[in-house]
Amino acid sequence: MPVLERPLGRPRPVYLNLLRIRLPLPGIVSILHRISGAGLFLVGIPLLLLGLQHSLGSPEEFAQLRAALAHPLVKLVLFALAWAYLHHFCAGIRFLLLDVHRGIELAPARRSSLVVLIVSLALTVAIGARLW
Amino acid sequence: MVKRIAVGAHYGLKDWLAQRVTAVLVALYTLLWVGIAVYHGGIDEALWRALFASSVFRVATLLFGLALLWHAWIGMRDIWMDYVKPTAARLTLEVATLVALAGYGAWLAEILWGAR
Repeated sequence: MPVLERPLGRPRPVYLNLLRIRLPLPGIVSILHRISGAGLFLVGIPLLLLGLQHSLGSPEEFAQLRAALAHPLVKLVLFALAWAYLHHFCAGIRFLLLDVHRGIELAPARRSSLVVLIVSLALTVAIGARLW
Repeated sequence: MVKRIAVGAHYGLKDWLAQRVTAVLVALYTLLWVGIAVYHGGIDEALWRALFASSVFRVATLLFGLALLWHAWIGMRDIWMDYVKPTAARLTLEVATLVALAGYGAWLAEILWGAR
């Protein structure tokens, strides 16, 4: 239906109180997708470039990088980034499937959001086990 | 007289599509690394350096980087548009994001092809 003929209906909310919203599971996956994406941009990309630069420098630089990666605080940051990447990856695949109308009904959509949460957390734990 | 309709047009379609295409490219590059790690049973320093010594691999890495930066731009721009309403603040953040991303792209090229 052309946009101009569509009835306007109730006025749309222009202000949402984030603290009062109770999100369903797919909504939680969606906001975590956004939060993880922001974290990957703010922290992940610069750290990735810094690490790549050192890894391809002299053998001493490579050893320095290896020593830095062994630091507990660095491991914690890597652990958080691993979750961010894995959640963003899994949720992204889910969104791509929804885009092509796969699993778009309410029940499968809720189930797939649970799968995204569980799979990304499980893979993060597996990576954490290798880190420590 | 301007008769443009500001809704219902496809102004965002290009970005929407770019977001998805770049996502697939980034995912494929990620799976390439997973495949290499599985095939070789891990990645040591020698393999790491051998991979980046190949120009094909460096080009693939640069393409991955550009896809990632483009993807990050659309995502961050969406976040600024959704949460930062004052025009001056939003524009400042958008420009800062673009500058950072352009810098990251140049840095990546420098790392991949710069003087060793």
